[in-house]
Amino acid sequence: MRSYLLRRLIGMIVVIFLVLTIAFVLVRLAPGDPASLMLGPDASPEEVAALRVRLGLDQPIIAQFGSFLANALRGDLGQSLFFNQPVTTVLASRAEPTIVLALFSLLVALVIATPIGIWAAYRRGSVLDQTSITTAMLAASVPSFLTGLVFQRYLATDLGWFPASGYGGAGAGFTERMRHLILPAITLGITNSALILRFTRASMLDILGEDYVRTARAKGMTERRVVLRHALKNAGIPIITVVGLTFALLVSGAVVTERVFNLPGMGNLVVNAVLRRDYPVIQGTLIVVAALYVLVNLITDLLYLAVDKRVKY
Amino acid sequence: MAGPASSAAAPPSLRKLLMQRPSVVVALAVFVLIVAACFLLPAFGLTSIGGMSVRNRLTGPGAEYMLGADAFGRDVLGRLMVAGQTSLGIGLGVALLSSVAGVFIGLVAGFFRKLDTPLSRLIDAMMAFPDILLALSLVAIFGGSMGNVILALSVVYAPRIARIVRASTLVIRELPYVEAARALGTRTPTIMVTHVLRNIVSPILVQATFIFAYAMLAEAGLSFLGVGVDPKIPTWGIMVNEGRQYIDNAFFLILFPGLAIALSVLSLQIVGDGLRDALDPKLAKET
Repeated sequence: MRSYLLRRLIGMIVVIFLVLTIAFVLVRLAPGDPASLMLGPDASPEEVAALRVRLGLDQPIIAQFGSFLANALRGDLGQSLFFNQPVTTVLASRAEPTIVLALFSLLVALVIATPIGIWAAYRRGSVLDQTSITTAMLAASVPSFLTGLVFQRYLATDLGWFPASGYGGAGAGFTERMRHLILPAITLGITNSALILRFTRASMLDILGEDYVRTARAKGMTERRVVLRHALKNAGIPIITVVGLTFALLVSGAVVTERVFNLPGMGNLVVNAVLRRDYPVIQGTLIVVAALYVLVNLITDLLYLAVDKRVKY
Repeated sequence: MAGPASSAAAPPSLRKLLMQRPSVVVALAVFVLIVAACFLLPAFGLTSIGGMSVRNRLTGPGAEYMLGADAFGRDVLGRLMVAGQTSLGIGLGVALLSSVAGVFIGLVAGFFRKLDTPLSRLIDAMMAFPDILLALSLVAIFGGSMGNVILALSVVYAPRIARIVRASTLVIRELPYVEAARALGTRTPTIMVTHVLRNIVSPILVQATFIFAYAMLAEAGLSFLGVGVDPKIPTWGIMVNEGRQYIDNAFFLILFPGLAIALSVLSLQIVGDGLRDALDPKLAKET
């Protein structure tokens, strides 16, 4: 157990080191001099030279990489060129809508997908099963911006049930802000429910074929109890895995969804950073998101231990 | 456990398996139809974008324009076909390029022990970046052209193929016939291609079909965000993005290209699923 943890931690450190390296190299791969690229064609040579010094571009590449790593480990991801603030400050101020949107939509996805997935596995091959699989595939095929725009047009603009866009404006209260996240969360939740539904169904199918389920039935246990007590409990592990896997989907989906609903989150920030060529913000977002991904997957692995006592590493 | 009788039985033919799942045949037909429509209709002059006409701007679907006219009075159906060529082309390009790159990386990682750990960790690190986010950054850095979008999305998806190829290579390289080939003095590249690669074609094909679908979705996402290919070349995602301004009075401008994406991706995913079931009966039981 302890050696497993140690191995996982070392693996995680290596991957995070590589993530930092990739993020560093990516920005350096941009054709042309980063400083003149950032300042645009109208900048004078003096301004470009000054920025080169400020960014440390006059140093040898290894030294630049070294100070980049050292800064990143201290939590310094550089300065945003557009906001003229530390990247971490900019990211932190945009974190709330993105984090709440991700959690909220995960909840929506779980509420939709888990019961249907269990029911579909239980009635394998039935019309309901076929329909649910096809619907899940459809949900994964419709681009989330289309779902979002349909909701925005019909549920928000026409029916007025939800706010159509934004985050309630400056000084909006908590309830108001959350109200603005309902449609985005449903949009993103529907897209992500597809994968969770298929995983839940597949793992329930495995479990329903196990000996202990047959034994429980043979003992005369009610079907309801068999499914809820025995099967569902053991389906927990694969479901946790898939929740870890959907993290990447959630982030990618959040970028698009925030754009549709004009939410001031990290997704919208990174798209604007791309349009403004604000490389430090792009780099910082990549690092933070990838590090979170690695962390989430470590946590899901550790959760196995908590859910299933048989899992030994 | 399979008895001697069942293990001796010949594997069911691909055609039979596909026929057992009519949905796969339907999906394949739909996809072929979409591709044919996009490439043949404009080529034979059956649809055209038409000139710009202010009089007809935002005309709804009807007799004059089957799927309506856009803000410049151009025929939506005609544009849909031309845009489809780019969207489908990008999907196919990504599927091919990421497969070639992924196969190469995966074979090298699986075959050369010294390179396995560094390459595997690199694959892990690449997969830690969510697809749209990584593609977005790559396009931001290299600029948005069709080639760069294909390249960016291939960088995103190649690690998935590489992971599958590496895992299969690790198993196959230990099999007796590979050992035999080596004992006969066959050179490593020959073993890699003729003995290993030929045996893992089906999982690669299945994955490539899914990547085709994901890449089309991702390209649509990038174009929708305004950071995909040059907006002068229409793609389905760009059409949706353009239609956003008219969301309240001409929703069809968003709906039709959106449905074109959804239908193509859905049919590809069903075909991918069908292929997986047909080519790998072991996996079929699980899903």
